[in-house]
Amino acid sequence: MKRFKDIISGIYIGFIAVLLYAPILVLIVESFNSSRSRVTWGGFTLSWYVKLFNNNQILEAFITTVLLAFGSAAIAILIGVPGALGIHAMGRKRYKTMMALTNIPMLNADIVTGIALMLWFVHFIPLSFGSVLLAHISFNIPYVILSVMPRIQQMNVSIYEATRDLGAGPVYAFFHVLLPELLPGILSGFFMAFTLSMDDFVITYFTKGAGVNTLSTMIYGQIKKGIKPEMYALSTLIFVLVSLLLSIGTGISAKKEH
Amino acid sequence: MSNIILKMDSISKSFDGKAILSDFDLEIRRNEFVTLLGPSGCGKSTILRIIGGFVRPDKGRVLFEGKDITALPPEKRNVNTVFQKYSLFPHMNVEENIAFGLKLKKKSPEYIRDKVQYALNLVNLEGYEKRDTLSLSGGQQQRVAIARAIVNEPELLLLDEPLGALDLKLRHGMQRELIKIKQEVGITFLYVTHDQEEALMMSDRIIVMNKGIIQQAGDSKSIYDEPQNAFVADFIGESNIIGALMVKDLLVRIQGVDIPCVDTGFGENVPVDVVIRPEDIEIVPENMGYINGRVMSVIFKGAYYEIKVQSEDFSWQVQSVNPAPVGEMVGMTVLPDNIQIMHKPASEDEEVVKDE
Ligand SMILES: Nc1ncnc2c1ncn2[C@@H]1O[C@H](COP(=O)(O)OP(=O)(O)OP(=O)(O)O)[C@@H](O)[C@H]1O
Ligand SMILES: [Mg+2]
Repeated sequence: MKRFKDIISGIYIGFIAVLLYAPILVLIVESFNSSRSRVTWGGFTLSWYVKLFNNNQILEAFITTVLLAFGSAAIAILIGVPGALGIHAMGRKRYKTMMALTNIPMLNADIVTGIALMLWFVHFIPLSFGSVLLAHISFNIPYVILSVMPRIQQMNVSIYEATRDLGAGPVYAFFHVLLPELLPGILSGFFMAFTLSMDDFVITYFTKGAGVNTLSTMIYGQIKKGIKPEMYALSTLIFVLVSLLLSIGTGISAKKEH
Repeated sequence: MSNIILKMDSISKSFDGKAILSDFDLEIRRNEFVTLLGPSGCGKSTILRIIGGFVRPDKGRVLFEGKDITALPPEKRNVNTVFQKYSLFPHMNVEENIAFGLKLKKKSPEYIRDKVQYALNLVNLEGYEKRDTLSLSGGQQQRVAIARAIVNEPELLLLDEPLGALDLKLRHGMQRELIKIKQEVGITFLYVTHDQEEALMMSDRIIVMNKGIIQQAGDSKSIYDEPQNAFVADFIGESNIIGALMVKDLLVRIQGVDIPCVDTGFGENVPVDVVIRPEDIEIVPENMGYINGRVMSVIFKGAYYEIKVQSEDFSWQVQSVNPAPVGEMVGMTVLPDNIQIMHKPASEDEEVVKDE
């Protein structure tokens, strides 16, 4: 009886995994398909990857995307971590209010955030790399706060206080005690922010202005002219990169739990 | 130099709009072992944290050796704390933990080595220098925490329920050790606990608190023998607390029976509360004592019998070396000396009467 249950649940999980990953698998296979047709297999090739790396437009977009992801994640950490510490120190009522306000941007539809930010930016600054960066920072901050907050709550405050008690100033205690304790939360916040920024299309699209392209907006622009197989290769690389980052992120936080 | 090492001057503090301390005053003399005793949540830790510099009071001043230190950060105060929660640095071994404060003060390596040895000796942990703190038992961890605080030679050591997480047997041993340590280092101790036995055993002076207000302050004997109100009487060990009438000086009417006592100055025919300790009641044959009652239960507690005697609607607790026959009627007597008379609180709220 028990074995039967195991088999059924195994099949169920397998079925779901296939539904989730089959399309991506097809994409990956297509990126190695030498035939331009999407329904016939013309043999294995790396030529789409070669083409990809010889395409300046794509490389430029790739660099923009990585810079944007890295910059916005780093700055969101610099703002979000002190923010989380501050929110944690608030009284109960204000803590709840602040956390609710933090949640709103995450639940908000991207299209609303994107248009709102665009309307706001056009009044003050030209739409450019800077405006996209600001937009990405602003949607990354809530995720940073959310991933750091549980660490702050679990933290044994006595250890920080003991450091001060024994004669260390607030700066020393912050860098030697608080930060190491919060590091796993900060790292997973960073990786989450990084991948979210890489993933984003809608908000970037509305705030980027002419001339700036990330991979996602560039692919979107190319699609209008028909999809080239290089795009499969590119998407495959993005998928691999993002999965790698995510597994590093979860690996770090899992290791810290033990 | 004044003999008062620390003074809290009408300190008030609220959290989330709830007043935890209002106009709280406290004085601690040099070299005293003072214990703050009170139920959970009454504000004991908050007081220590204000003295340690981790909580800023809303109002009032903290004076240390006469100087106002209210605005001073923790690292600038000549006070060290042994925390309620385990607070050893997890990534350092025992020696590094103890040396932490001295290293920050840039003491020489020889000085630090000697001090660490001395402290380990003091807390009975010779040979534990290189041990990982996570491999220590709860009792050993708190010893290291005490050693870590003491090597800094603070004028005042704050201890927030340092034995709270230990089991009973270990706790008794550690209590004796703490007294020994206190005598050897000659540091003033401000100790927090909610265990009245611990307070009675260790302290020079006990401050009994409830809801942020001092109920009574005094040495162990006066707190135990002469509780000033029902809260203290109830909190310090088991007690019979019963409403009575002060007929006149030296005579109190309990359950309709006039009984001689030693208290005066309450007036005539004034309602009062009476406290009689269970061990002060003697069981005698029926009609030979002041009050008769029926023995409801007898439990052997090792050193004595715990006997419950029902008289009218009051259940008397008696401790006696002799058992009593369950279900039988008996009499009870008490010496005048052992009857403690207290003013009745004017209202429910005033059960928390201010001392002084
Ligand atoms: N930082 C804080 N924020 C909000 N409320 C607090 C804070 N610190 C203490 N309190 C509240 O103040 C009250 C007194 O707390 P305190 O820690 O001083 O009690 P305590 O007497 O030490 O109790 P225990 O014996 O349980 O340690 C409690 O109701 C507690 O919830
Ligand atoms: Mg406490």
